[in-house]
Amino acid sequence: MIIAPPGGALGEFVERDRNNHPQALTPGYRTSVLRAPRNALIVARNTISEMTGPIFQQGELGELDNDLILNFSKDSLPIGERIIVHGYVRDEFGNPVKGALVEVWQANAGGRYRHKKDQYLAPIDPNFGGSGRMLTDDNGYYYFRTIKPGPYPWFNSTNAWRPAHIHFAISGDGWAQRLVTQLYFDGDPMIERCSIAQTAPRDLLNTLIAQEDPANNVPFDARTFRWDITLRGRRATFFNNVNGVKR
Amino acid sequence: MSGMAARPMVVRYPETPSQTGGPYVHIGLAPAQAGFDIFENNFGNVLTTPETTGERIRLEGRVFDGSGSPVNDALLEIWQANAAGRYAHPGDTQDKELDPTFRGFGRTGTDFDTGIYTFETIKPGPTPSPRGGEQAPHILMLIFARGINLGLHTRVYFDDEAEANAADPLLNSIEWVVRRDTLIARRSERDGEVVYTFDVRLQDTPDGGAETVFFDV
Repeated sequence: MIIAPPGGALGEFVERDRNNHPQALTPGYRTSVLRAPRNALIVARNTISEMTGPIFQQGELGELDNDLILNFSKDSLPIGERIIVHGYVRDEFGNPVKGALVEVWQANAGGRYRHKKDQYLAPIDPNFGGSGRMLTDDNGYYYFRTIKPGPYPWFNSTNAWRPAHIHFAISGDGWAQRLVTQLYFDGDPMIERCSIAQTAPRDLLNTLIAQEDPANNVPFDARTFRWDITLRGRRATFFNNVNGVKR
Repeated sequence: MSGMAARPMVVRYPETPSQTGGPYVHIGLAPAQAGFDIFENNFGNVLTTPETTGERIRLEGRVFDGSGSPVNDALLEIWQANAAGRYAHPGDTQDKELDPTFRGFGRTGTDFDTGIYTFETIKPGPTPSPRGGEQAPHILMLIFARGINLGLHTRVYFDDEAEANAADPLLNSIEWVVRRDTLIARRSERDGEVVYTFDVRLQDTPDGGAETVFFDV
């Protein structure tokens, strides 16, 4: 049995538990050294500014936006493992987050990004763009179809390789919920060796790993992976201030 | 455990851990900057339409790392109220006019060569503080980039709102008075356009620039 404040109430977001997140300064991930603030964060209790956030409508998205297999295909299909990724976006109390904008981006099957700054010698796939987006439904459910990304090398140490991963940006219904993160794939041995994956708290790294969901494979078409996302929840408002006066 | 009734549990699931947006964040969030076109409708850095109410402003600046070098691969997002001080969100039930042409959300990347970012928007109105008084006009800003493990929250205030800034509850909560100044954008005019310059420093820079205040929102 779950006892939790009702979803969609207008209470403040529960304070972010920073033990659930990477620290800013993680020297094993070298770029963080000059890009991590040295001062402590300043507490900003929620105001209407943080409790609200942009609302997106289905009509703003294209029909193929959540289909990375087709949304950049020119003359044929992209090369690689056809996969479907699906799951639920919920808040910390288990309430579904409805209408959340989920945006994803990734490399192609060979680990090459369609980005003018990526010089990796693995080739671009002319039929693969690598970005997609969708809104969660009333149950907080999302799904998209793509090509499983390949691992790729990067200049952190001489021989550093990222595990296969898909980047996610998730927008709930309040600015305080906005989250950017990465999905990894179960069983990938590179996760243990990746200095970015290892910035996640040891006991929560598994929550970034999508699990195979073979029961939901599409036979002779695509394999399926399941990944659920948890955003911050809102606390219940038991007694309200009246005109800013505590009573 | 016979004889022991099951007790209801208070359950709180841990928030999904953040990870860096990485250097190719543009592919997903600003594809044109990555070098290709994929979506019909993009979420960009122009928040206004010709019908939008309010004083047109350009918000621009750069993000610097601890060596004083511009961060040329950052992705910035902003969120703000309309000219009347109301947010386009059902949670804002103030008795102020909603502007149907103004969502209040924008995003852009810093330029790969110059490091400069730009938003075309309107100056927001003041908004209420939940603990009494008003918040000075401000824009919320989130910064994602390679090397940033968890998006950094800051706020942009305006230097021609000195009186409102002096009464702003959040600015006043910053105990180190000298640090408040890092949140104030500087107004100027260029070719008849109002420009507010707001630079972000992730750390103190060698030229004496002070680290921007970041918030635990």
